[in-house]
Amino acid sequence: MKSVVAQHLIKTYRNGEVRALDDLSLDVEEGTVLSVLGPNGAGKTTTVRILATLLSPDSGNATVGGIDVIKHPEKVREIIGLSGQYAAVDETLTGWDNLVMFGRLYHLGKQASINRANELLERFSLTDSARRPIKTYSGGMRRRLDLAASLIVRPKVLFLDEPTTGLDPRGRQEMWGVIEELVKDGVTLLLTTQYLEEADQLADEIAVIDHGKVIARGTSDALKRQVGGERLEVVVESAHIKTTMEIVAKVSGDKVSLDEALRQISAPVSTGATALIEVLKALDTAGIHPLDVGLKRPSLDDVFMSLTGHVAEEVVAVPEAGKKKGRK
Amino acid sequence: MKNAISDALVITKRQILQLARVPEVLIFSTIQPVMFVLLFRYVFGGSISTDQPGGYVQLLMPGIFVQTVAFTLAATASGLAEDMGKGLIDRFRSLPISRSALVVGRTLGDSLLNILVLAVMGIAGFVVGWRPTSGLPQVMLGFLFLLLFGYALSWTGIFVGLSARDARVVQNVSFIITFPMTFLSNAFAPTTGMPRPLQYVAEWNPVSTMVAACRQLFGLENQFGATAGSFPSEHPLVMSLIYMVLIMVIFVPLSVRKYKNSSK
Repeated sequence: MKSVVAQHLIKTYRNGEVRALDDLSLDVEEGTVLSVLGPNGAGKTTTVRILATLLSPDSGNATVGGIDVIKHPEKVREIIGLSGQYAAVDETLTGWDNLVMFGRLYHLGKQASINRANELLERFSLTDSARRPIKTYSGGMRRRLDLAASLIVRPKVLFLDEPTTGLDPRGRQEMWGVIEELVKDGVTLLLTTQYLEEADQLADEIAVIDHGKVIARGTSDALKRQVGGERLEVVVESAHIKTTMEIVAKVSGDKVSLDEALRQISAPVSTGATALIEVLKALDTAGIHPLDVGLKRPSLDDVFMSLTGHVAEEVVAVPEAGKKKGRK
Repeated sequence: MKNAISDALVITKRQILQLARVPEVLIFSTIQPVMFVLLFRYVFGGSISTDQPGGYVQLLMPGIFVQTVAFTLAATASGLAEDMGKGLIDRFRSLPISRSALVVGRTLGDSLLNILVLAVMGIAGFVVGWRPTSGLPQVMLGFLFLLLFGYALSWTGIFVGLSARDARVVQNVSFIITFPMTFLSNAFAPTTGMPRPLQYVAEWNPVSTMVAACRQLFGLENQFGATAGSFPSEHPLVMSLIYMVLIMVIFVPLSVRKYKNSSK
């Protein structure tokens, strides 16, 4: 069963000048993780806001847990959790205050709210800082608390909008651990990210979006296959670059590229390890000792590059400005 | 409906908790009006001549009370704008709570703060010689009027807070609204000294009718209420009530709609 379905969503800002979503469709199978991957301004946040009932699309329709988000937003709100790019919690209050407050707003009742708050604080390793104002928390702790706040009623569907943007590597690792735990519990998760590594790590399936449309979707492996097979990479001394390029070209039979700064020569190969051995033998015969050599499977960066013609980190500022209306 | 009320109260409680966690806010929001009391009482009080028994301070206190509650507009607006900036409003909107809960809760919370501030100011006023002569029921009614006026303006603040893009802009906008409103009135000086066109504005200014209403309820002859028998200076109580109802009738639906549609 599909837990989330979005069909032909269109959303424009500034009277149609900015097309944030341009006929976007996607769905998430119950109990799985879909990662919506795309650069800033691709339409990730707009998609999440529509699915989480915060925004109405100009046209198209969407259901979450089988409920229409436009016709019955109040019912959708009962089964979803949302955690955004910013830690949306009250910073003057303590972590405990926040969770109890949100529990009350989910109509849990006083004692149940308190119990649930304690439970979540424990689970997210925040018990020690429960009585401190959020202001004093680290970025990673804030995000964890924000996530905890979105889990108060054990949502069926969870939306995480760039959950690790702005976190340091350690905070990111911690967050990934927490998210992986949640997924084990069987929550359906739609996660947006601009980090290819994150999508690779957490998602069952990836939808790549750009300019408000899904331009590719599939498992991480399928997407990588779509870009092509492995690449062979050799790093040599500057003096040997020319000869090495000839050797690699012969083995690969395809276009060889050179990164001059890294002195790295690379080319697609179809025979994997055999090609690697051939190249090494030829280099040895030519008396060239490579500084580094290896086979590389395509990264999601390569996927993005080959699908969109631009790198994923590129900032497309215009649509972002429209959708951040009323925010810092 | 039951949920709508309890949801709103949770939001109100949040504001009380905020004050408990950062008591400085409460301290400074009372120091400022007390400072105004002292400054006006001792700096201007000497040079403004009145034939009011008990002196200028009798006329001044109602003025300062009204000014203080008028600033609820700014407090509500900037509090809300800050929540917007931090994404908290989005979180509240994604919860299964009544759409009015957040705004109703906030206006109630800001009114609670007003009760405290007015109490502290009343005491400060008493210390520097303010003595209402009308009797307890009328004085209490006066304070009720003040709270209601603050509550009504709080709804204006919701609208301002939700309309702006940045908390700092909200601060400025609310000051630009409240400052002329409180000074272009009979709150601190007689309107008779103003140029004629301004006098009309001052007379019809809700702040003036509120100040006049409070003076009346505190047992004063309606001084500073300016010129010849205009409707607002003749009937400040009625006029103030009309204004409060008018503000609410306009801004409650406007603010709730704005909140529902915020970012749509």
